[in-house]
Amino acid sequence: MNQKENFTKGFIKNNPVLVLLLGMCPTLGVTTSAINGLGMGLATTFVLVMANIVISLLKSVIPDKVRIPAFIVVIASFVTIVDLVMAGFAPALHEQLGLFIPLIVVNCIVLGRAEAFASKNDVLSSLIDGLGMGLGFAFALTLLGGIREILGSGAIFGFKFISGDAILVFVLAPGAFIALGYLIAVVNRLRKV
Amino acid sequence: MAKKIESSFRNMVLALLSISMVASFALGAVYNLTKDPIAKAQQAKKEEAIKQVVPAFDRIENVSIIPAEGGDPLQVNKAYNGDSLVGYAVETYSDKGFSGRILLMVGFLPDGTIFNTAVLKHSETPGLGDKMDAAKSGFPEQFRNQDPASFTLKVKKDGGQVDAITAATISSRAFCDGVQRAYNIMNQEGGLK
Amino acid sequence: MSLLTVSGSPHVHTQQSVKSIMYGVVIAMIPAIFVSVYFFGLHAARVMFISVLACLFFEWVIQKYLIKGPVTINDGSALVTGILLAFNVPSNLPAWIIVTGALVSIGIGKMSFGGLGKNPFNPALVGRVFLLISFPVQMTSWPVPKPLFGPGVTDAITGPTTLGIFKEGLDAGKTVQDIMASPSFPGYINDLVGAQSGSMGEISAIALLLGAVYMFSRKIITWHIPVSYIGTAVVFSGILWLIDPAHYIDPVMHLLAGGMILGVFFMATDMVSSPVSTKGQLVFGAGAGLLTILIRVWGAYPEGVSFAILIMNAFTPLINSTFKPKRFGEVVKNG
Repeated sequence: MNQKENFTKGFIKNNPVLVLLLGMCPTLGVTTSAINGLGMGLATTFVLVMANIVISLLKSVIPDKVRIPAFIVVIASFVTIVDLVMAGFAPALHEQLGLFIPLIVVNCIVLGRAEAFASKNDVLSSLIDGLGMGLGFAFALTLLGGIREILGSGAIFGFKFISGDAILVFVLAPGAFIALGYLIAVVNRLRKV
Repeated sequence: MAKKIESSFRNMVLALLSISMVASFALGAVYNLTKDPIAKAQQAKKEEAIKQVVPAFDRIENVSIIPAEGGDPLQVNKAYNGDSLVGYAVETYSDKGFSGRILLMVGFLPDGTIFNTAVLKHSETPGLGDKMDAAKSGFPEQFRNQDPASFTLKVKKDGGQVDAITAATISSRAFCDGVQRAYNIMNQEGGLK
Repeated sequence: MSLLTVSGSPHVHTQQSVKSIMYGVVIAMIPAIFVSVYFFGLHAARVMFISVLACLFFEWVIQKYLIKGPVTINDGSALVTGILLAFNVPSNLPAWIIVTGALVSIGIGKMSFGGLGKNPFNPALVGRVFLLISFPVQMTSWPVPKPLFGPGVTDAITGPTTLGIFKEGLDAGKTVQDIMASPSFPGYINDLVGAQSGSMGEISAIALLLGAVYMFSRKIITWHIPVSYIGTAVVFSGILWLIDPAHYIDPVMHLLAGGMILGVFFMATDMVSSPVSTKGQLVFGAGAGLLTILIRVWGAYPEGVSFAILIMNAFTPLINSTFKPKRFGEVVKNG
């Protein structure tokens, strides 16, 4: 696998949300608007890239039996850094994402990539893999957030284009499931072509 | 692939210990860097809310008062411009909402008239109860410049003077309840007036 | 229709077909259609017309252009969904909301799962609940009934449903007796005949019961679900009422007010989304009855029938696997 393929596989072919169905908790929880989806996606991308780099560097000095606790410590440190930095410099977004930032720690994508990729590959490949997967995640979350924002609030990235209320169910939890279901259906259809 | 080191007890302890050490130093550094911005952001958020509900001020004095009718203590922010008192910003709440506690900030002028109100936190139904937010509807407007001594803080259905939000009488009632609680503080013994 | 392949052989042939069942249900709904037009005027006819037309249109479009399979809009199932959807909304609903509801009913509720016989939930209820959550203001502004040709108020007046009056009053600390004594309360007779605010099809218990009798006589529905549903609801609400008649509504009122009769006979009995075996049907009805009263008494919404039926729809596969119909000629194992 060349590096270009390594980077692009996260978008459609192995998109973590739309194909692998990983990280469903933040996907359903935060995507009430496009900007929330993007913010969450980029925060996760940062954690994913940094964790992948560090774990790839450390892979030869971490004994096999304690690799999972070691990975978790690394991941949790980066998540806490994101959490603190966001609270200090982007308080509005931090308040919106709230609980879901600390929950990046248990996001299966991050640990999954660490275990399945970074612990077996060199630093450059791991960096590119993390970037591709993270941006694929951010792309899916922004798309889903955008769809829900358009249908549910009649707005996109905060710009309202209809007055009054739209189809409210889409900003609530059931709407997240409905929108994600149809999005996955469309992606499945596209992948078959 | 690089050769893994053996999972002996010594290696495991060393690996975990050193990773945790590095992680905690990194976190300590980031915490120190973000401590001030976070505190500033929180202060700014609170001042922003106070600014909305009282006239221009340059100094805030905070007191905590326990309501005579029982319940949690309310935070009262006395706003001064120079030496003259320009208003009170009372952080009040209501448990009569549709779902969970509603936090309000109610600003009074020194004579007891309501200057303005702001919703700090609520989890009312989107599209119905969330119209209590000034950004979503004109509902809070009707409280401006009213003196609760002559303006009955109850929805019209209950014999008061407040126009309830369409199809969200319960949330409207809770809003009135919160404002009334703030007003009671103004009048009670050991209160402000 | 895959519904018919659920049970093991032998298969007995009957005169019933999807078409005859569906048109039977339509005939059973005629009394309630007349009552709603009588009390809500031409608005009711408008809502039903738009709803039915939109349901048929979406069924046709999806079958022809998305699924690219046989078009079966003549089998009456989309017609039934259209009328039931109209029955579950207020008569002053704007046309675009009705069309949205029809799209959700047919598109999400039915066709996404593969069409008639494969939908786990009652399509009309899916549409109704979607609209209720999405457009809470429009879906809970109920026009006050104004008899056709009779002296009446203007069209614009809206008022709460009978259950809404109770919910409001009880929340404000009044007792059931106070609420029922107020002049704006419809009372038993009006709730029975239909002179109350509410969804178009749920207002008249008597018209719905007339339709139910017809469906029983045609063997379109069996007694199991209705009896266990109503029985459980009456017993549960009766116990609460006996404990504290000042704060709990009596069982008769629970039956007459709101959509229980409509839900029990026309939606809970939907063959596709309810269990196959009679034992399973009894469990299904009892669960729905219990949930209805639970939601009405302690829930946030004044009415719980549609939520209760949808929740039990979700349990149907589990009930089906627990209470399997006996195989013909099966020998009981020694045990």
